[in-house]
Amino acid sequence: MTETNNLDGFRTEVSDWVQANFPSTLKGLDIMSESPSTKGVGADFSAWQKKLGDKGWGTPTWPKEYGGAGLSDPEAKVIRQEIAKAGAFNPIPPMTGMGVTMVGPTILEYGTDEQKAKHLPGIASGEVRWCLGLSEPNAGSDLASLATKAVDEGDAFILNGQKIWTSGAHISHWCGAVVRTDPKAKKRDGISFVMLPMDQPGVETRPIKLIAGSSPFCETFFNDARAEKTDLLGDLNDGWSVVKRLLQHERQSQTSSPGAPKVDAEPLQEQAKRYVGTEEDGRLADPDLRLRLVRNLMDGEAHKLTVSRITAEARGKVNVSAAASILKNSMTRVAQTKAELTLEMMGHQGVGWEGNQFTDDELQSVRDWLFGKAMSIYGGSAEIQNNIISKNILGLPETTQQG
Amino acid sequence: MAALTEEQTLIKDQAASWASAETPVAKFRAMRNEGPEQAFAQPTWSAMVDMGWTGILVPEEYGGSDLGYLTFGIVLEELGKQLTASPLFASAYVGASALVLAGTDAHKSEYLPKIVDGSAIFTLAIDEGPRHTPLRTALKAEAKGDGYVLSGSKTLVLEGMAATHFIVAARSSGKAGDAAGLSLFIVPAETAGLSRTQMKTMDSRGYAEVQFESVEVPSSALMGPADQAGEVLDEILDRARAGLGAEMLGVGAQAFAMTLDYLKTRKQFGAVIGSFQALGHRAAELFAAMELARSCGEAALQEIDSQSNSVAKACSLSKAKVGDFMHEMSNQLIQIHGGIGMTDEFDAGLYLKRARLLEGLYGNPAYHRDRYARLLGF
Repeated sequence: MTETNNLDGFRTEVSDWVQANFPSTLKGLDIMSESPSTKGVGADFSAWQKKLGDKGWGTPTWPKEYGGAGLSDPEAKVIRQEIAKAGAFNPIPPMTGMGVTMVGPTILEYGTDEQKAKHLPGIASGEVRWCLGLSEPNAGSDLASLATKAVDEGDAFILNGQKIWTSGAHISHWCGAVVRTDPKAKKRDGISFVMLPMDQPGVETRPIKLIAGSSPFCETFFNDARAEKTDLLGDLNDGWSVVKRLLQHERQSQTSSPGAPKVDAEPLQEQAKRYVGTEEDGRLADPDLRLRLVRNLMDGEAHKLTVSRITAEARGKVNVSAAASILKNSMTRVAQTKAELTLEMMGHQGVGWEGNQFTDDELQSVRDWLFGKAMSIYGGSAEIQNNIISKNILGLPETTQQG
Repeated sequence: MAALTEEQTLIKDQAASWASAETPVAKFRAMRNEGPEQAFAQPTWSAMVDMGWTGILVPEEYGGSDLGYLTFGIVLEELGKQLTASPLFASAYVGASALVLAGTDAHKSEYLPKIVDGSAIFTLAIDEGPRHTPLRTALKAEAKGDGYVLSGSKTLVLEGMAATHFIVAARSSGKAGDAAGLSLFIVPAETAGLSRTQMKTMDSRGYAEVQFESVEVPSSALMGPADQAGEVLDEILDRARAGLGAEMLGVGAQAFAMTLDYLKTRKQFGAVIGSFQALGHRAAELFAAMELARSCGEAALQEIDSQSNSVAKACSLSKAKVGDFMHEMSNQLIQIHGGIGMTDEFDAGLYLKRARLLEGLYGNPAYHRDRYARLLGF
C-alpha cells in the first residue's frame, strides 16, 4: 500500500506539506489544556483539522477507504516526527475522545464492513467524538462484575444501568459500552460490547466534579437507552475479549504523547530559591524544607535509576526483574511528595483557587496537587500494590486476617 | 542486579559461593570471640589474594586485572552478606584507588604490585574527630629540609592495626576548614614517631587510632603537589563511598533475606506471621526500598567506571540511599525477629552493629544529603 519505498523522499514530502499547510497562528497551542476558540484561533484550528483529515494523516495507518492514508508504521512515524519538528500537532486524536486511540483500532479488528464504513470515517476526520462505558459504581478493578443490562428487543438492545468515570461523555457523540446480555452465564461469558449514539432520550450524563475542580469524567445513566443490533461489536456474549483488546490499545496509547515534548520546567530547587530565599552561602533559607527537598530529589533519581536498571536487565532476558513491581508506588510517592513540597515552598502563593493574585503556575500547582491524590488510588491502589509485592514477588502467604 | 558481563557474572558466582562456604558468618563470630588485634583471619586474606581480588582496580602494567569498580563492588556485596572480615576494602579498594588517582609513577610501581600480592596493606587515615569532615583536617605537615614533619592524630582508621602503610591526609597550609592546603602522604607503619592503638568497636572489625609525633617523611612520600590534594581526596573518598555502598547492599540484602525467611516460618496465633497484612506490607516496603537502593549503589560504581562527570552526586546518592535502607532494614531485622533477634547467639545483632559502622564511615546519610544539595546548588 505504500506510495514510496524511499522514506527520505516521503519525509521531504511530509515536511513540505506541513510547512505549507500548518497555520502559524496555532504554533505553541497546547491542545491538551487550551481551547482554540477561546484563544481566537478556532477557524484556523478547524481548517488544519480538515486538511490533515482529507489527507488521511490524522490516522495514517488506517485504510484509505475508511478515511486513513493506508501507510506503513514507519511512514506514520515519519509523519509524527515531521509534525513535531514543525511545532505542529495532530488535532484529530484529541477531537475524537477515545475514537482514534481505542475504539477505531478495535472496530478495525472486530467490526463488520458495514460497521467500519459507518464509524471509521467520522473518527478519521476528527468529527465524531467517542466515550467508553466501562467502569460502574460497583465494578472498578473487578470490571467483569458489571451490572448494566441489555435486553434483546428485536432490532435493538435496550440498556438500563449506570456507568462511571466515562471520560468526555457529556461532549461525546457515540459511546462504546460493555453490557450484560446473559445474566445467567458466568460473569465473563455474559458480556457484550455495543455502540450507541449519546444523543437519545435514554442517555443522561452528569459530569463528576473532583476535589481538583471540574474534570473530564462523567457518570452516564442508561434508562431504556437503545443500541442497534447492527452496532454490536464482535459476537454476542463475547464482549470480554473485545474489551480486553480495547484495554491493550489503551495501554499502548498511554506510552506515546500527542504533541511535541514540553520544555523541561524550572527545577524544583530553583523555584524554591525564588520563593524561600537563600542564605549567604547559597543554601535554601528554610533548612527543614531544604532537606525534605533533597530527599525528594534523591528519591526521584533512585526511581529513574531503577527504571533504567530494569530496562538494562530486561535486555535479552525472559524474566523481567522483580523490581518492576515497585515502580508504581515509588513513582506515586515521588510525585505526590513533590506536589506537597511545591505548595509548601509557595506558601501563601500556594493556596490559590483562581484569580489574578496567583500566577498560572501557582494555580496549576494546587490543581495538580489535588489531582495527584488519585495516583495512589487508580490502577491498583498503593495497598493493592503492596499486596501484590508481598504475595507474588516475596511469596508470602495469603492474609489470614478477617475484615 | 545490573546487567553484568560474563566475566562479572563469573566473579559474582565465585565470590558468593566462596564466601558462603569458606567465610560464613559463623567464622566471623568465632574471630570476634577471640578478639585478635588484626581483626581478620590470615587464610581468608591469602585466599582473596590468590583469587586475584586485590588486583581488580590495579592497571595491568602493575600486575592487576583492571576490571573496574562495578566488578569490585560485586565482590564487596557478597562479602558483606557474610560479614567477611579482611583488609580487602581498605587496601585493594581504597588504597589502590588513592595510588592510581594521586600517586606518582614511582609510588605506583613500588606499591601497587605489593597491594596485588598482599605483601603490603594500605589504608586511608582521614578522620580526626567524631564527624566525617575532610575539610576540617588539622593533622599538621610542616616542610623541613628535604621532607615534612607530621604531627597530629587520626581516628577510626580502617585496618589500622594490620596496615603496613598509611595514606595520610594532612594540612600543609591554611587552617582547619579551608578547602586549600591539604596534602596526602604515604607513611609506612614502622616510621619513627608513628604509634597506633586498637579501637574496639561494636562491629568487632579492625580499627586504630594513629598518633603522629613529629613523624619525619621524605618529600617523595608526598602524593601529587603539596597543598592541592583537596580535589583528589574527594575523588578517592567518593570511590570509597561507592565501595561502602556495595558492602552495605550486601549487609542489607542478607538482613532482608533472613527476615523474609523468618516471616515464612515463624508461627504465632496459629499462622505464619508473614500472613499478617501489617507484616506483609512492611516486607513489601522494605523490598521496594532495597530495589531503589540497589539502583543507586550500582549506578555509583558504573558512573566511576564510565568516568562520568557526575561521580560525586552518584556516590553521595549511593551512600545516602543505601545507608537509609540498611539502617531501617537492620532495625526491622531485630524487630521482626522479636526476642530471638535480641540474643547474642542469633546473628541479627552482628548485622545491626556492622550496619551502623558502615553507615557512618566517610559520611553518614545526612552528610551526603547536605552534599547532594550543595552539588545541586541549593
